[in-house]
Amino acid sequence: MSDNQMPEGTYKFDGDMATLGYNLNKMCFTFNEEESREAFRQDEAGYCDKFGLNAVQKEAILKRDIITLLRNGGSIYYLAKFAGVLGLNVQDVGGIMTGQTTEEFQAYLDSQRVGKPNG
Amino acid sequence: MAKMIGMIGTSHIPAIGRAVDQGLEETPYWVDFFEGYKPMRKFLQEEQPDIAVLFYNDHGLSMFLDKKPTYAIGCAPQYDNADEGWGVKVIPPLTGETELSWHIVNHLIENDFDPTVCQDIKVDHGATVPMSVLYPNHSYQGVKVIPIAINCERHPMPKPSRSYAFGKAIGDAIRSWDSDQKVVVLGTGGLSHQLDGERAGFLNTDFDQMCMDKLVTDPEFICQYSNDDLTRIAGAQGVEWAMWLAARGCFSGPVKEIERRLVAPISNTASGLQLLLPA
Repeated sequence: MSDNQMPEGTYKFDGDMATLGYNLNKMCFTFNEEESREAFRQDEAGYCDKFGLNAVQKEAILKRDIITLLRNGGSIYYLAKFAGVLGLNVQDVGGIMTGQTTEEFQAYLDSQRVGKPNG
Repeated sequence: MAKMIGMIGTSHIPAIGRAVDQGLEETPYWVDFFEGYKPMRKFLQEEQPDIAVLFYNDHGLSMFLDKKPTYAIGCAPQYDNADEGWGVKVIPPLTGETELSWHIVNHLIENDFDPTVCQDIKVDHGATVPMSVLYPNHSYQGVKVIPIAINCERHPMPKPSRSYAFGKAIGDAIRSWDSDQKVVVLGTGGLSHQLDGERAGFLNTDFDQMCMDKLVTDPEFICQYSNDDLTRIAGAQGVEWAMWLAARGCFSGPVKEIERRLVAPISNTASGLQLLLPA
């Protein structure tokens, strides 16, 4: 099911992935609250254990390995909240996932520019 | 009979809310984009709609995966915003319109759509960014809002054709509401973009322009695409065309395009703005 006819570098978040990633996403969902963000910062590994992340997911969280998180059921909506905890914006995350610096990723976006005569 | 005054299509990404917060609207990166809101704001100021029916998707504030509706309709007197985890300021609550909300729900279920009915939900940037940008300085206190959420996160998602039909049924409901109030419809999100994976940063502005053309003249054309098609052609979050289609579906007859703007990149997206009025 997952990745069925999907373009390369695209992880379809379907039922199988949602099942695999449920605990991971549930953890990241708590990052809506500052108290949870702070608890994570204080003890990242312990916080992962509290939510029952598997070993691969936990290691990927600790290493900020967004692609492995996507491959293991992470939903970009909740991974974005994880990125927020780390103080990263979506261009930073784009760079991490594509193996580029933020500036290189921004340049890729800019290469598709339309409607910005002033920018 | 309530009067449907028009449709505004707009992006809803958090970066826009942040740009408003930080007063960046006139900076080189943002100026071309925010210029597009001037006619939208003028339209709203002149027309003074009583109600905004707002199609959005919740990105994990109120609707986590534990209980995630495919379609959901707010039937609350008020909708609070809250911290989403990345430092965009929480905005003052939106005021609801319960009578029309329930009228829509009753009509939908009678016509074989079965949405989740929400009497107490928080709304995230999907709803708050459009309101913030269309009503500067949170000047939306005079307009009541009916948020309608479409699942754009977890597959299976409703088919684009279904969201268009859903919008048609909602338009019928609004038109059958015995009231002289004026209703504006907001389709939010998009347009082409992909946030996740090694393909992140993919845009397709040619496709966006084509769909904006078709939204005016032949919205059913867009209904031929599946969500997998949209993912391939417009990026993984290109599925947010669902909200624009639902909004367009609310209008039964021909529409005329008053304004259009497509600006890319805005954050990681191609951002569309479109104002359509009943012809």
